[in-house]
Amino acid sequence: MAPLLELRGLSKSFGALAVTRGVSLAVAPGEIHAVIGPNGAGKTTLIHQISGTLRPDAGQVLFRGQDVTALDLPARARLGLARSFQITCIIPGFTALANVALAVQARSGSSFRFFRRAEAEEALNAPARAALERVGLGHRAGAVAGTLSHGEKRQLELAIALASAPSLLLLDEPLAGAGPEETARLVALLRALRGDYAILLVEHDMQAVFALADRISVLVYGQLIASGTPEEIRAHPEVRAAYLGEDELA
Amino acid sequence: MTALLRRQALPLALLLALALVPVLGVQDGFSLGLLARAMILGIAATSLSLLVGGAGLASLGHAAALGIGAYAVATLDLLGITEGAVVFPAAILAAALYALLTGLVSLRTGGVHFIMITLAFGQMVYFATSSLSALGGDDGYTLYGRTEFLGARLLEGRLPFHYLCLGLAAATWLFCSMLLESRFGRVLRAAKEEPMRVRALGLSPYPYRLVAMTIAGALAGLAGALMANAMEFVSPAILSWPRSADLLFMVILGGVGHLHGALLGALALVLAEEVLSHLWDHWRLLFGPLLILAVIFLRGGLAGLPALLAQKLVQTLDRRAR
Ligand SMILES: Nc1ncnc2c1ncn2[C@@H]1O[C@H](COP(=O)(O)OP(=O)(O)O)[C@@H](O)[C@H]1O
Ligand SMILES: [Mg+2]
Repeated sequence: MAPLLELRGLSKSFGALAVTRGVSLAVAPGEIHAVIGPNGAGKTTLIHQISGTLRPDAGQVLFRGQDVTALDLPARARLGLARSFQITCIIPGFTALANVALAVQARSGSSFRFFRRAEAEEALNAPARAALERVGLGHRAGAVAGTLSHGEKRQLELAIALASAPSLLLLDEPLAGAGPEETARLVALLRALRGDYAILLVEHDMQAVFALADRISVLVYGQLIASGTPEEIRAHPEVRAAYLGEDELA
Repeated sequence: MTALLRRQALPLALLLALALVPVLGVQDGFSLGLLARAMILGIAATSLSLLVGGAGLASLGHAAALGIGAYAVATLDLLGITEGAVVFPAAILAAALYALLTGLVSLRTGGVHFIMITLAFGQMVYFATSSLSALGGDDGYTLYGRTEFLGARLLEGRLPFHYLCLGLAAATWLFCSMLLESRFGRVLRAAKEEPMRVRALGLSPYPYRLVAMTIAGALAGLAGALMANAMEFVSPAILSWPRSADLLFMVILGGVGHLHGALLGALALVLAEEVLSHLWDHWRLLFGPLLILAVIFLRGGLAGLPALLAQKLVQTLDRRAR
């Protein structure tokens, strides 16, 4: 099957610091592809280049076979790339429901509508509520997003991403800072999403990564040192040496 | 619509009070003239509040749009055109066009740069009008007469003019409230709080902000046309940058985030100016500290005052009860 997302020789430097060094990888439709690597390896920077937040110095980003390297963040989002942020990025003054309804609004028809109250539009609220239910946040729909707990904000980010009905989800550490219960729920949710969405998952929680991923790529100092199934990565000597502690593999 | 009315008891009370002023016997030209000026500035301030509170765009050149509306009236007057069906649309379109063109440039930047560029454009218009010798240059231009409607001199009467200004102030507030609650307004408000989130959803804030600036400019142009009629005189002072700063003060004093606060702020500023200037020649010295105190102690501005007082009252009653 043709890959949904393909990176070809992506490179990016901040001054003298090479943060992405010739990264090539492919994400197939419906698969969860995890990118792991130590802090500072360049995972977030890689996500930025895929989403269009940052322009690579060299290389190409292909989405559904189309070269999108020159497109900016909004243009790529319109093509079906949805992303969550490592640092929570929600509208703090909006209710949780309005946050998600904005995502529905962004993908459905025009936002140049001036007179009807957006908050009263069931056509936006119903899918938004469904997305909130799906991430387990239905009971908090009316809460102002800024007042949600950290874990709830992570769930909200995921609901926003789902509501924009993407074909590829870019998730940057969706489990970071979530408590054990929230983590369990989010992992179950991500597992339920597999097949419906392709997901590029950056995550530090190794248990979650090995439980969820179809494929894993390992990024160290901006370079992919290995890419394969979870079993292959588990057995990979270089990966064990460079990154994975023995205990995490046990 | 009914929902809007229910949630907006305070602004409606304010508008009702303004409607009752003449009924309660205040009908002298001086008082009504003062109120008309306040309501007209209130229209301009409300349109600025749409930008500041709704979109996070603190323009320091909004008086230029107001002035362009006023100068449109003067220019047409010079050409002998006083028909309202021509004058008002012309004033509105001219100001909207100005806002659109300056928005195209200023919205490419953000924060302090946006403020500086809107200020610079405003100054350009100021100097341009100062050098318009046909319209009196710095000395300004006295209108031959007020704008007419199909030959009827509707705007000459104090009461009709009062209610026209009030009606347009109310319509402006209602219109801007509806805009902010629409899909369009939701994008504006979201982009004010977290532009990255909006962009990640596939919406680029720029065109929304540009439309908002154009609409705000059009409304300021309407206010300018009214102002020219209220004063029967137009001079560059109407679009000097301190005038833009005054408009911003009105928005902040009234309460950013409450659209009707802008009208409150305009009333407060115009009336305070009137009272203070009678008390003391150097009243502007008092003005600054008063504004500073208002900003520090009235976080929600004048519009937030009722809620603040109610909260204090409840707290006191609670303490008594215990
Ligand atoms: N905008 C930037 N300017 C300069 N250096 C940056 C910038 N963003 C990230 N970096 C650096 O690039 C490296 C990779 O960062 P990042 O992609 O956030 O890593 P990760 O997400 O894997 O922890 C780090 O050393 C970081 O300090
Ligand atoms: Mg990171």
